[in-house]
Amino acid sequence: MSDIGPSERGDRAERGERGDRGPRGGGGRRPFFRRRKSCPFSGPNAPKIDYKDVKLLQRFLSERGKIVPSRITAVSTKRQRELAQAIKRARYLGLLPFSLR
Amino acid sequence: MPLYETIFIARQDISSAQVDALADQFTAILGEQGGQVTKREYWGLRNLAYRIKKNRKGHYILFNVDAPPAAVSELERNMRLNEDVLRYLSIRVEEHEAGPSAVMQARNRGDDRRRDSYRDRDEALAVPGAEE
Repeated sequence: MSDIGPSERGDRAERGERGDRGPRGGGGRRPFFRRRKSCPFSGPNAPKIDYKDVKLLQRFLSERGKIVPSRITAVSTKRQRELAQAIKRARYLGLLPFSLR
Repeated sequence: MPLYETIFIARQDISSAQVDALADQFTAILGEQGGQVTKREYWGLRNLAYRIKKNRKGHYILFNVDAPPAAVSELERNMRLNEDVLRYLSIRVEEHEAGPSAVMQARNRGDDRRRDSYRDRDEALAVPGAEE
């Protein structure tokens, strides 16, 4: 640190950088690593996808009433297809909106 | 015989007695064709998510049907003709669910606690992306 010279600016920058790294370095985890979530419709006591279950389906709709992509909800591809089908049936029956606002 | 689930929505300004009569009429049509209704569920006057034929509300009736395909198409033809029916949907299912459907279960839990139970379930399943 002190070897670089009298420039206070450089000093501060270096310190700042270290400060940023500090808390992350401890765990040894990569900064943007996120654990892969498992599909909410598989495994024991998972809910059944049913076009009549409005409350369940609603949680897979965005605020605007769009179907939330599976990369966000972590629903498996197969279940996402079933889910989309169920949501569309519910929409047809006026249980869910096609669009909000 | 294959199993079906049929839901139809009746106009908002007919009485629930009339809805019942309508449901009886459709049950009779299925009966004539050699089918039967194994369960009938009346969901009451529900708010529609959007307007259907200028209606904001509708009476929902669910049938669990065990009937030959011809009977179901006859039923659908009659629903199309009937002006009290806003919409109908028949779906073939592998098996009928026992007990009340999800809609009835939600109703029986009561209106006041509806918000809480929704939140509990949300946390239990923990689906992200609600913020988006």
